[in-house]
Amino acid sequence: MHESVWQIFINAFLANNFVLAMFLGLCPFIGVSGKLETAVPMGAATTFVMLVASLCAYGLNLILGALGLEFLRLIAYIVIIASAVQLVEMVLKKYSPGLFRALGIYLPLITTNCAVLGVALFQTAREYDFAQSLMFAVGAGAGFTLAIVLMASVRERLQLSDVPSVAQGTALSLMLAGVLSLAFMGFAGLGG
Amino acid sequence: MSKTDRWDEFMEGVWRQNPIFVMVLGLCPALAVTVSAVNAISMGIATTFVLTCSCVLVSLLRKLIPKEVRIATYIVIIATFVTVVDYLIQAVSLALYDALGAFIQLIVVNCIILGRAEAHASKNSPLPALINALGMSLGFTLGLFALGAVREILGAGSLFGIALFGGSFQPWVVMVLPPGGFFVLGLWLLLFAALERRKQRKALEVAQHA
Repeated sequence: MHESVWQIFINAFLANNFVLAMFLGLCPFIGVSGKLETAVPMGAATTFVMLVASLCAYGLNLILGALGLEFLRLIAYIVIIASAVQLVEMVLKKYSPGLFRALGIYLPLITTNCAVLGVALFQTAREYDFAQSLMFAVGAGAGFTLAIVLMASVRERLQLSDVPSVAQGTALSLMLAGVLSLAFMGFAGLGG
Repeated sequence: MSKTDRWDEFMEGVWRQNPIFVMVLGLCPALAVTVSAVNAISMGIATTFVLTCSCVLVSLLRKLIPKEVRIATYIVIIATFVTVVDYLIQAVSLALYDALGAFIQLIVVNCIILGRAEAHASKNSPLPALINALGMSLGFTLGLFALGAVREILGAGSLFGIALFGGSFQPWVVMVLPPGGFFVLGLWLLLFAALERRKQRKALEVAQHA
């Protein structure tokens, strides 16, 4: 393997940011980025699910490969992710009910967050080994958290400014995402 | 169910509840693969297949699926059809498979499909479910095409690979890069919001004159 774990991390975190360069996980990115206080836990929860999903996907891929059942990969991955999300949901509900309510529908929707499935699929497609997969998941999670926190901060500031009423809402969020994405293009080539 | 009802059901997905421009769902594939009109339409067709097949199957099985595990069941059904499409595209055109990349497999987590299965197909018989799914698919494909066409025209100066502007055209490269996707979708939403605003103002003026 020619890619070092550090390169993989920087690539997933900045140069090929999961949200702003690869368009993964846009639903929570647009939906939960209204307030900073929900954006941070959302990023943390997603990162945790990514990590669990990545570990499980790595083990599962070995088993499926040994049995010659590669065509079941997609179905197996999605079931693993759904279970991991269920776990996070139960933990949050028990230890932090307020946060659980604040995240609302977006918590179970981590299952259908393409960034999570994306981590599992990309690490398989690129044939990462165990350490690389782990680092890839951490980088992707950190990248997602960074993007959603940046977006939430900008949107909080925007609430105080005078925006034409036509542009308010999703259209404005998308424009902002475009500008952020343009800024992140400056990191291109950083990961080598 | 009369004929007009069916038409209404169909048009709901195409226009009034358009998945991309009104509900703003399924954005990830909508922005990632729409660098050209051909890619956009291929993605639309693949999603259409998965959406209609899974909605019909969910509708047929709606009385057999226990309520507690319905989401998991839907996801497994959707994942099965996506695996079919994945292998099918790989067999038909390797170039297209490479262009769409992981986004074919990521159809599994397209919120439109799970949303339709949960909100519509699980409560209706197969025929309305099929009509609704077809309407939604057409709406999604149209949305993808609207994005892909604009991005290809501005970013590459062509449509369906045919050059439009002659040799002196300087392509607007940012449009086929990631930021362009966000900008073009944002502008489409802005346009629809402005049209809606105008319609409301007109209706208000008519009401005041009457």
